[in-house]
Amino acid sequence: MIEFQNVSYHVDGVQVLTDLNLHVARGETLVLLGRSGSGKTTTLKLVNRLVLPSSGKILVHGTPQDEIDVINLRRGIGYVIQEVGLFPHFNVARNIGLLPKIEGWPEDRIRARVHEMLHLVGLPEDLASRYPHQLSGGQRQRVGVARALAADPAILLMDEPFGALDPLTRDDVQREFLLLQQRLQKTVVFVTHDLREALRLGSRIALMEAGRLVTVLSPAEFVKSSDPWASAYVRAFGDGLESAANRGTS
Amino acid sequence: MNVIQFMLHNRSQVLDLTLEHLWLVGWSTFMAALIGIPLGILIAHRMRLNRPVLAGANIIQTIPSLALFGFLLPVPWLGERVDRLAILALTLYALLPIIRNTFDGIRGVDPAVVEAGRGMGLTESQLLFKVELPLAVSGILSGVRIAAVICVGLATIAAAIGAGGLGEFIFRGLAMVDNRVILAGAIPAAILALLADFGVGWIEKRLRPR
Repeated sequence: MIEFQNVSYHVDGVQVLTDLNLHVARGETLVLLGRSGSGKTTTLKLVNRLVLPSSGKILVHGTPQDEIDVINLRRGIGYVIQEVGLFPHFNVARNIGLLPKIEGWPEDRIRARVHEMLHLVGLPEDLASRYPHQLSGGQRQRVGVARALAADPAILLMDEPFGALDPLTRDDVQREFLLLQQRLQKTVVFVTHDLREALRLGSRIALMEAGRLVTVLSPAEFVKSSDPWASAYVRAFGDGLESAANRGTS
Repeated sequence: MNVIQFMLHNRSQVLDLTLEHLWLVGWSTFMAALIGIPLGILIAHRMRLNRPVLAGANIIQTIPSLALFGFLLPVPWLGERVDRLAILALTLYALLPIIRNTFDGIRGVDPAVVEAGRGMGLTESQLLFKVELPLAVSGILSGVRIAAVICVGLATIAAAIGAGGLGEFIFRGLAMVDNRVILAGAIPAAILALLADFGVGWIEKRLRPR
């Protein structure tokens, strides 16, 4: 579905990504886990050509990505970012329906699609006429997902989409995401630095560090892994819970 | 005879000169918007150009208006008709606020919004017309507003080269050492400036996305 072949990226003499080889299978949720600056967002943006590789090849649907018209490529890939980036001058319906409209869908089909999408992400229909600033963070994020799915892309790129939400709302949208993904079976590349999120949402976890891919593991393998980086994440995660528990008892 | 009486007595001339003034200001603001808005958009996207363009517009702004009118007088096609010349000079002065505000307006659009739009497959022109311009419109129009007000003031100087406008009263009044005559030019000019400010402000309100 998506394949990185020896991809490197450097900008202004800084090596951001080194020799990345990675395959994302159809219908899976591949989580890119890593610290800030590890190159995970760059990896994501390479898929929809917001970033161009310095060397190496990226294949989308088996075709070298630079042979596909960039606008068509992007329209077939949903994109959700942490800041959401809803158009503040468009109401929810226009935000969700923008791409279908540009693609020339008839008005009534767009309207039906907007309602379908709102329903899909668990938002009431009467939200359609609201503007982004009138929504809560969780609602905005759901609208962002609905917008990304509106033109029914096969691939979904998500860059820390739930990072700015409070823990309880994040828990809700993560659960909804899982249900959604069960139904839709999109090919998802999901960037996060949160191990809990990676374990919960990912079918596989690609761990990145300093511009290199360390390892790719399933969540079950990840928690048992002897890889020093992977176990460092698991330990840091466990330490947090443990020390909180200890503070509680002492 | 006080100022009001003087103006009433010469009302047809006051009206003529006001219309002339409006003509100069209207054309120059329009021309400046026509050139300045695209230029502002261009330099907001080609960052390398922003320094030279803004520096150029700044330098024009530092030339004393009387000197600029004088410089342009011997230019062949321009010098033939002084109103043409006055409009060009005023256009040059009006450029800076329009370019500057357009540039700031476009640069001020939330980069996350632009990135989301680009990532979902909007072309650069769709991004400009559907996202950037609507979100920058109030900044751009406040530049036009400032430009119009500057032009109303500067257009009074155009009378010095015979381009007409309310400056005629002001220069005549200065020569005659008669405050009433000066005020007969200055008061309508002040009213015009307020109207220009109000008028563009009204358009701005109509165009602003909610």
